[in-house]
Amino acid sequence: MSPVSRGFHRRHQEAEPAGRVPPGQYVTRDFPVLSAGPTPHTALANWTFSIEGGSSPASWTWQEFQALPSETVTVDIHCVTRWSKLDTRWKGVSLDVLLDAVSYDAPYVLAFCDGGYTTNLPVADLKGGQAWVAYSYDGKPLPAEHGGPARLLVPHLYFWKSAKWVRGLRLRQVDAPGFWEMYGYHMYGDPWREQRYAGD
Amino acid sequence: MAGTAVRGRLTWQTATVDSVVDETPTVRTLVLGLPDWAGHQAGQHLDIRLTGDDGYQAERSYSIAAAPGEPVAITVERLDDGEVSPYLTQDVQRGDEFEVRGPIGGYFVWDPARPDGTVPLLLLAGGSGVVPLRSILRDRARVGSSVPTRLLYSARNWDEVIYRSEFASPEAGVEVIYTLTRQQPADWTGYARRVDQAMITEVAWPVAQAPVAYVCGPTNFVEAVAADLVALGYPPQRVKTERFGATGTP
Repeated sequence: MSPVSRGFHRRHQEAEPAGRVPPGQYVTRDFPVLSAGPTPHTALANWTFSIEGGSSPASWTWQEFQALPSETVTVDIHCVTRWSKLDTRWKGVSLDVLLDAVSYDAPYVLAFCDGGYTTNLPVADLKGGQAWVAYSYDGKPLPAEHGGPARLLVPHLYFWKSAKWVRGLRLRQVDAPGFWEMYGYHMYGDPWREQRYAGD
Repeated sequence: MAGTAVRGRLTWQTATVDSVVDETPTVRTLVLGLPDWAGHQAGQHLDIRLTGDDGYQAERSYSIAAAPGEPVAITVERLDDGEVSPYLTQDVQRGDEFEVRGPIGGYFVWDPARPDGTVPLLLLAGGSGVVPLRSILRDRARVGSSVPTRLLYSARNWDEVIYRSEFASPEAGVEVIYTLTRQQPADWTGYARRVDQAMITEVAWPVAQAPVAYVCGPTNFVEAVAADLVALGYPPQRVKTERFGATGTP
């Protein structure tokens, strides 16, 4: 039972749409930037996206990646630092398309990025129209501070799983923690179950 | 490097406000009494949860302002359209209670026992981004570290400078350098512009000294400063950043 904080009350009466905002989150209209370390800038000529660790690895150049079938999606995103942003519009390539290009039986991936960032995800959470590698936000090329040229977009998990500056996935038989997960953040990160930190 | 964080479950506990310190007209430090605090590292943060009498709850994260071993404290800046910061900076009184869990985060930390804790230290603060850096400075003093240390602190004007009296008499080996971006006192001799490449070049330890930099502030400050440091030759992994950009309705 939480103690009452004397004199504290709700200040923002505008009700958010029911079922849109997970527990402990508030809606922001900004798009805050949270990343560990300086923003990397990779020339598109040197950019590739790779899927490693399967029996038939795959890699795409920027040009090849742009030629893949793309989708435009509008999703809500939820950052572990408690902001949620509703109706964000992205364009990118579905992970269904990318994973279909390789053969594998691994149940997990570790996403890797420019700048050394990593995060771990179950493959099941990347399949079935739930995840994309996005290169456009709100009709424009994705800005570097938001993860451009391309980032993962896995909106049903806390947004640290949507790795910025993503360069590929490493398929893994065993789930291993990525960058924030090693610092005590949750291995899975479901915002609706408030899985912020290990043990939540 | 990683993997040293406390992995146990973080449980909520009831904190009591033991004292309230007004730092500036809009910034307050709350010293908290916590029944069960396992200790923290300089630079870490904690979560707080407020509960209204109708059961409404709001959670936020705040950087810890105190050094390890000191009573836990947070320093909060009031955001006028916010929900939690106006309560913490205006309404809360000594003896009031709310919930806390932590410490959280193991990346933006300074640890004098690790190799990174023994090299020249460059701290770059934008506004209330100075809070975790103050924890680092207090920890440096607490452990008797002699690493050469510079804090470059960007504020809009002198009245908004947090911890002013504390920074007026820094420990040996610590330099505090201000830049006031909007308004300067009449006799001001310090920097009077936004942090830029020229300022960073003047203030930063030479790359050859293998320094480590901690940058904390609003997003545009952190983006610019981190890019300037990288342009100066700082390896990106030696530039630790913490951004707070969640304006809007915090």
